[in-house]
Amino acid sequence: MTELIFEQSTAGRINNAQYQSGEFSIDDIPEMLLRKSNPALPEVSEMQAVRHFTRLSQLNFSIDTHFYPLGSCTMKHNPRICNEAAMYNGFSGRHPLAPASTGQGVLSCLFDLQEILKDISGMSEVSLAPMAGAQGEFTGIAMIRAYHDARSDHQRQEILVPDAAHGTNPATAVMCGYKVREIPTLKNGDVDIDALRAAVGPQTAGLMLTNPSTLGVFERQINEIAALVHKAGGLLYYDGANMNAILGKVKPGEMGFDVIHLNLHKTFSTPHGGGGPGAGPVGVSERLVPFLPVPRIVESSGEYTLLDKNDCPQSIGRLSCFMGNTGILLRAWIYARMLGSDGMKRVADYATLNANYMKAKLEQAGFEMAYKSRRATHEFILTLKKEKAETGATAMDFAKRLLDKGYHAPTTYFPLLVPECFLIEPTESESLDELDGFIAAMTEIRQEAVEQPDMVKSAPHNLPVRRLDDVRAARQLDVAWKEEKN
Amino acid sequence: MPFIPHTEEETRKMLDAIGVTHIDELFDEIPADLINEKLDYVPAALNEAGIRRLCKNRAESDGHYINFIGAGAYEHHIPAAVWQIATRGEFYSAYTPYQAEASQGTLQLLYEYQSMMASLTAMEVSNASLYEGASALAEAVLMSVRAQRNRQHILMPDTIHPAYRETTETIVKNQGITLSTIDYSGDTGTIDMAQLKAELTDDIAALVIPQPNYFGALEEVDELTNLAHECGCLVIAVVNPLSLAILKPPGEWGQKGADIAVGEGQPLGIPLSSGGPYFGFMCCTQKIVRQMPGRLIGRTVDAEGKPGFSLTLQAREQHIRRSKATSNICTNQGLMVTAATLYMSLMGPAGMAQSAKASHANTRMLVEKLTAIDGVDAVFNGSFFHECVLRINVPVDDLMRAITAQGIIAGMPLGADYENLQDCLLVCATELRTEEEMDDYALHLERIVSKRRLDPPCAQKV
Repeated sequence: MTELIFEQSTAGRINNAQYQSGEFSIDDIPEMLLRKSNPALPEVSEMQAVRHFTRLSQLNFSIDTHFYPLGSCTMKHNPRICNEAAMYNGFSGRHPLAPASTGQGVLSCLFDLQEILKDISGMSEVSLAPMAGAQGEFTGIAMIRAYHDARSDHQRQEILVPDAAHGTNPATAVMCGYKVREIPTLKNGDVDIDALRAAVGPQTAGLMLTNPSTLGVFERQINEIAALVHKAGGLLYYDGANMNAILGKVKPGEMGFDVIHLNLHKTFSTPHGGGGPGAGPVGVSERLVPFLPVPRIVESSGEYTLLDKNDCPQSIGRLSCFMGNTGILLRAWIYARMLGSDGMKRVADYATLNANYMKAKLEQAGFEMAYKSRRATHEFILTLKKEKAETGATAMDFAKRLLDKGYHAPTTYFPLLVPECFLIEPTESESLDELDGFIAAMTEIRQEAVEQPDMVKSAPHNLPVRRLDDVRAARQLDVAWKEEKN
Repeated sequence: MPFIPHTEEETRKMLDAIGVTHIDELFDEIPADLINEKLDYVPAALNEAGIRRLCKNRAESDGHYINFIGAGAYEHHIPAAVWQIATRGEFYSAYTPYQAEASQGTLQLLYEYQSMMASLTAMEVSNASLYEGASALAEAVLMSVRAQRNRQHILMPDTIHPAYRETTETIVKNQGITLSTIDYSGDTGTIDMAQLKAELTDDIAALVIPQPNYFGALEEVDELTNLAHECGCLVIAVVNPLSLAILKPPGEWGQKGADIAVGEGQPLGIPLSSGGPYFGFMCCTQKIVRQMPGRLIGRTVDAEGKPGFSLTLQAREQHIRRSKATSNICTNQGLMVTAATLYMSLMGPAGMAQSAKASHANTRMLVEKLTAIDGVDAVFNGSFFHECVLRINVPVDDLMRAITAQGIIAGMPLGADYENLQDCLLVCATELRTEEEMDDYALHLERIVSKRRLDPPCAQKV
C-alpha cells in the first residue's frame, strides 16, 4: 500500500493558487450552527496530491492497460473523443435547471440518442432517466406494477426470475414490493419451460429475462416463453446486460419484451470509472408509455423540451433530482454516431467471433466448457472443476495467477449454477494476438497447477499486494482513517 | 471498422479455428424470424473529425451563461488537476474492484474518500457513493425503515428539495412506506416547530432534516435532532458537503448526532453538465452499518501481513443476498468519487472553508444589491448559507425570458412547487460570481422590474 494521503499531510500546508482569496465574514450565522473544529482533510501541495493519485492509478488494472475479459461487463475500448467532446464547455457548464432554451444543443443530442435506442431495441419509446442498470431494472418493474395497478389488477404479486439471473433482478423485484419466484434452468442452458408453465398464472406480474442469458447462450425458446407469460396476463422484462451480443441483429421488442433496460456503460462504451457512473435507459412497448419516468425529452417543430409530472400524470415519477447521468448519455451518443448504422451489427459480429474463437481454442487446449454443444454468444463459461479435482487449484487460484501474467481475471463464481466457473467476455475491441496470449496463459497456469500447485494457490506474486484477508476486513471493520489511530 | 482491430485475414483464421465459414453462422441458434438487421433511424457513421465538429457546434449553441441558480447543483471552482488525474485511463477505464490485488489504486482512493466524508460529516462510516443526492435520500429512507423494523412513516418537511421528495416517493412507495410533510414557517423559511411537535409520534421511523434547506435557510438542527431522538426516531440529515467546511456537521447535531447523513456530492469538483453524472454520498453510525446500501471498502492485510484494501461487508449486497439484499444497487459513481477525492485533497479544510465562506459572502452581497431595487424583497428573515428566496413584483416567466436573453440565469422560479411563492426566485452566488456580474444582474433586473422597457438593450448573443 502507498502511504495514505492523510499521512502525507502537514498542518498549515495550503494550495493558495486554488483558493478563493480574501477575507469573508460569516458572523451573521449563529455560532451554534457553525463547525467547531476542522474536518481531517489532507493538507498537501498540488504536487503531492497529483503524485499520490497518479501513483494510486498505477496500481490498477484497467482496459487501457490490460486485457479485461470480465464476463457480463463488456469491458470494451473507451474511445477518447467521447470524453473530450462531452467535456466541451457548452455541455459541461450548463446548469440542469436553466431554461430549456439554453440547452437546445445538449437536448438535441439526447433526443437523437433516444431515437437511436428506439431503433436498435425495437421499442416504442425510450427514457434516458435511469442512472445505472439496476435503476433501469427498478424503473421497468415499477412500470409493470403501475400498469397492473392502473387496470386494478391487484392480484399480480409475483415476479418470475430464472435462477441464472444477475442478483440485481431479484433484489429489484423486492424493492418494487413483489415476491420472487425462481425458475430453474435446464442442463443445456435454456429455461425449464415446463417449470415456467407450472409457475405462471393470474398471480404473475411479469418475467425478468436476460437474453442472451448470463450462461453465455441465446435462449432459443424465447417466442414460446413470451407467449406463455403474455397469455397469463404478465409482462416481459428484458435485462439488456448482454445486448452487445445481438446489437444490430435482434431487437428485443421483436422478441416480445414489453420493457427493457440497456447498460450504456457496457454496449455503448461509456467509462466504467472504477465502478460507475453507468446509465440504464429503458425502452417500452406502446402500453407502457404513459408510465415512463420523468423528465422526458420531447421534440416539437425542432424545439426540444422536458416533460415533467404535470405533463405525464401516470408516470412512475422521478428517479433523480435532475436528468440522470447526462454526461454519460452524451458519451454514449457520440459512440453510437461513430458506429453508425453499419457499425452496430459489426459490434455483435466481432464480439461473438472473439468469444467463439476463444471457446474453440480453449476447448482444443483441453479446458471444459459448461455448455459444450452450444454456440457462445459474446461470452461463454468454462468450468475448472476437473482442474480443481486433479490439482487442488480452484477458479479463484487461476484468476489470481492470471493477474500475475498481466490479464484481468474473467468473472469468477458467477453464474452460481456452474461450479468453479469463469465467465469470459473478450468484447470486439480485442485483437487476435491478445486472445491468443490469454489462451496461452491459461494453458501455462494449468501446467503450473500440476507442477507447482502451491505457487498457483498462493498467487498473485507479482502485484502490489498478495491475497487479501477478506474475513479480517469484515470482522475488524476499518472503513475510515482516523487521526488518533496513527 | 471503428474500434474493431480485425484484419480480413485474421477473421478468416478465426472462423477456420471455430469451424464455420461465415460470421452469420455463429448466430444460428437464434430463431430465424428474430434476426432483423434493418435500422430505420440510425444514420451512417461519422468519423472522429465529423463528430468533433458536430459536438463543437452543439456545445457552442448552448453558449455560456452567468449562473445565479443553484437549487441543488452549484457552479464552483474546480482545480485543473482534478479532471486531468481523474480521467487517467487507469481510473477511467477500470471497473468495480472485484479483483482486489489488481485494483489497489481504486480501493485505496475509495478508502480515502470514505475517510474524508466520514470526517466532513463527523459520522463513523461512509459508503463508496450512491447515484446522486435525491436517490441517496430514498436509500436513506429505506435504510431507516429497515433499522426501525415496525415503523413505516417518514417525516419529510416542505423545506426539502421538491425533486428529492418526488424521487424518494418513486423509489419507496411500493414498499408501503409513507412520507408526511411538515409546513415551513412563513417568517424564517424553516421547519414549523409547532407542527413538527404535533406530528412527531412513536410510529415515525425517521425525520429528514435538510441543512441548508431548499430555500437556502439554516434549520435549528440541534433542537430538531433532539426532538426526533426523544420519540425514538432516526435523524436523516440532508447536507451540502461544501457547507460542512463551515457548518456544524450532522454527527454533532443535538445530543447524539444524526444517524444517517446523505447529500449531493456535486459541489466537490463535479461540473454541472446539465444534471449529471454527479454522485450521492451516504454516511451513518457504526450501529446501523449493516443496513447500509452500496459498496464499502475496508482496510485489511494481505497474506504477508502488509496492509491493503478490499470490498467488505458484501453480505449486504445483491450479488450475494439476491432478493434479501439491502438494495438493488450494483455500481456506484466511482469516477465522480475519484474527482471528489482529488478535489478535497487539493482544497483541504482551509480551501473548502474559503469557497464556502466566499459563496456565503457573495450571496449576501447579491441579495443586498437586488433587494435595493424597488419591487424586489427577501421573503424570509433568517440566516442562510449561499441561497436566498426573493419575491419580485413582475411575472417570473417574463422575467426569466428577458434576463436569459442577456446571458444571465437569474435563479430558480419556485411557483410550480410552492403555492405561496408564485412570484419568487431562489438565487445563489457562489465564490465564482464577481461583483461586476452581480451589478450586471441588478442592472437588468432593475430595468425589467421598473418596466423601463422603452429602450431595452439588444438580446446579447453569448
